Amino acid sequence: MNAHRFPAVSRLLHWLMAAMILAMLFIGIGMVASLADYHWLLSLHRPLGVAILILVAVRLVNRLIHPAPALPADMPPILRLAAHGSHVLLYALMFAVPLVGWAMLSAGGYPIVLYGALELPPILPQNDMVFAWLRTAHTALALALFATFLAHLAAALMHALVFRDGVFQSMASVGRADDAPPSPRR
Amino acid sequence: METNESPGARYRLWPIRRRVLVGLCAIGAVLMPIVGAFAYVGGFLSPDRLTQSRLVDGFQTVNGVHPGFRRNHAKGVCIAGRFESNGNGVALSKASVFETGTTPVIGRFAVAVGKPFIPDNETQVRSLALLFRLKNGEEWRTGLNDIPVFPARTPQDFYELLMAGAPDPATGKPDPARLQAFFAAHPESAAALALIRARPFATGFADASYNSLDAFRMVNAAGTSTPVRWSMAASDPFVPQTPIEGGSAGTNYLFDALIARIAQGPVQWRLMVTVGEAGDVTADATLPWPETRRRVDVGTLIIDHVEAEGPGNCRDVNFDPLVLPDGIEPSDDPLLSARSATYSTSFTRRAGEPKTPSEVQIPENVPAATPAKGS
Ligand code: HEM
Ligand code: HEM
Repeated sequence: MNAHRFPAVSRLLHWLMAAMILAMLFIGIGMVASLADYHWLLSLHRPLGVAILILVAVRLVNRLIHPAPALPADMPPILRLAAHGSHVLLYALMFAVPLVGWAMLSAGGYPIVLYGALELPPILPQNDMVFAWLRTAHTALALALFATFLAHLAAALMHALVFRDGVFQSMASVGRADDAPPSPRR
Repeated sequence: METNESPGARYRLWPIRRRVLVGLCAIGAVLMPIVGAFAYVGGFLSPDRLTQSRLVDGFQTVNGVHPGFRRNHAKGVCIAGRFESNGNGVALSKASVFETGTTPVIGRFAVAVGKPFIPDNETQVRSLALLFRLKNGEEWRTGLNDIPVFPARTPQDFYELLMAGAPDPATGKPDPARLQAFFAAHPESAAALALIRARPFATGFADASYNSLDAFRMVNAAGTSTPVRWSMAASDPFVPQTPIEGGSAGTNYLFDALIARIAQGPVQWRLMVTVGEAGDVTADATLPWPETRRRVDVGTLIIDHVEAEGPGNCRDVNFDPLVLPDGIEPSDDPLLSARSATYSTSFTRRAGEPKTPSEVQIPENVPAATPAKGS
């Protein structure tokens, strides 16, 4: 295996989830400001959000099995810290946002419909105040996820355009593992 | 190239190099459209868009803010009972609630105003909201009003009608000229209002019949989708309302009569499904369907319990008309998605607010709502 590239399964999960999460952020923010599209968007929001929750669990396991390739040796400690910190934050938010969505609908006393008669069980007892609190948390965490995503995208582009250290290619190349990206400095 | 740089030099941002400048510009060019699109989709760039927040703000402008209470249909009481299906609905819908058998129901009677302490005699429209707990865990929530048609075709029209009826800051009363102007501009609303006025209101909740107004679609096991509207037709004989003038007699007379009626024994309604035919408009709740449409009696609603709003009961339920079981679907009626969105916003606001006891309380001297077995 190439040590400077994420394995194909990691790259697949990354780009699939990137598209899903970005779509979910737009669906979420759009549905709460649209009378006409609210219902069909929310009907899509719930199952897609639950799919993200399942995928992030798969992804965390995959990440433990296949650790990320080493960062370039000359990368300054402050940037390494930012990279690791933002990745931990992204994972935390990818779990928290859909979990809070599920929990808040539970506390709100709603059936959590995925598709047709397929429903999730509640994970919290009904409680109006808990619902209100979690509903606010869902918005705040989703906006935090959007902000973290923007920072992550900006950092990825910094690697690609300014640092040119192969970190971008470690996730963004499509070929097989043998066409190696520019090698990091040792 | 990097070959003549010291290790780590490529990470240096200062002194600024051309590559850093170009890179930052490129990043801005990628990020800005994303942020812009997000802000646009979220309505932040279009303050005039009618959103669920603005619509709920509209109710608050007209009625004032009453923390913890629904922004519309604010004054109400909780009820419970069951629905006994006769099996006739199976031909129309595969939802298990229509199979022969019994489904537990909770609900809420209310008056259709956003003021929780309004005297009953100052209200016109009454409502019945229901939540059916299906045996497979699904729910069917529906809200019904005792009018034959709805006075607005679209959410935008509804908002304009609501605001036309808002109290004029100068006089504290609605300006009749604004309402006239609205109805002049909306002949379908004027026609609906004429139908609403032509039919007398019932004396109380128990002898009133309630209508879904919006159209839905029922889908049966064979996959056939049928446009429908539904009604709860009272079994108690209809007695037309005589106006009750102010004073304490008028304050809660509707609710007091309901509580007394339920104390005497269960109150019943027949769930009637009106089957639409080709050409019947589903996207316009101001239009009645022809009287000749087939009406299928699918079972009986039996209400035998009443209690004041409180934690965890109907107070904390959002009777979202689009919480539907498999076998009932929204139609193309534009009010439906708008109602679902608006009720969610109203529910979210009131859920987080401190609660005050409801105006409607069950007096001590009313006999137990459900008589003990053998009595
Ligand atoms: C990664 C996953 C998710 C993301 C990124 C996401 C994002 C969002 C966003 C941005 C909003 C709008 C918040 C606002 O401006 O108020 C929202 C609202 C909402 N989300 Fe999610 N969400 C996710 C998962 C879920 C899940 C799994 C559920 C439920 C099973 C859910 C249920 C809801 C509901 C019910 C609303 C509010 C609707 C309303 O207020 O009427 N979300 N979400
Ligand atoms: C666009 C039009 C409409 C708007 C904006 C609107 C708005 C509202 C709001 C904000 C509530 C309070 C929800 C809550 O906090 O739980 C409510 C309750 C209710 N609405 Fe509407 N409504 C509309 C049309 C209709 C129609 C067509 C019906 C048909 C029967 C209807 C029947 C009801 C009923 C029965 C309730 C009371 C539910 C309860 O007791 O909890 N509404 N409405």
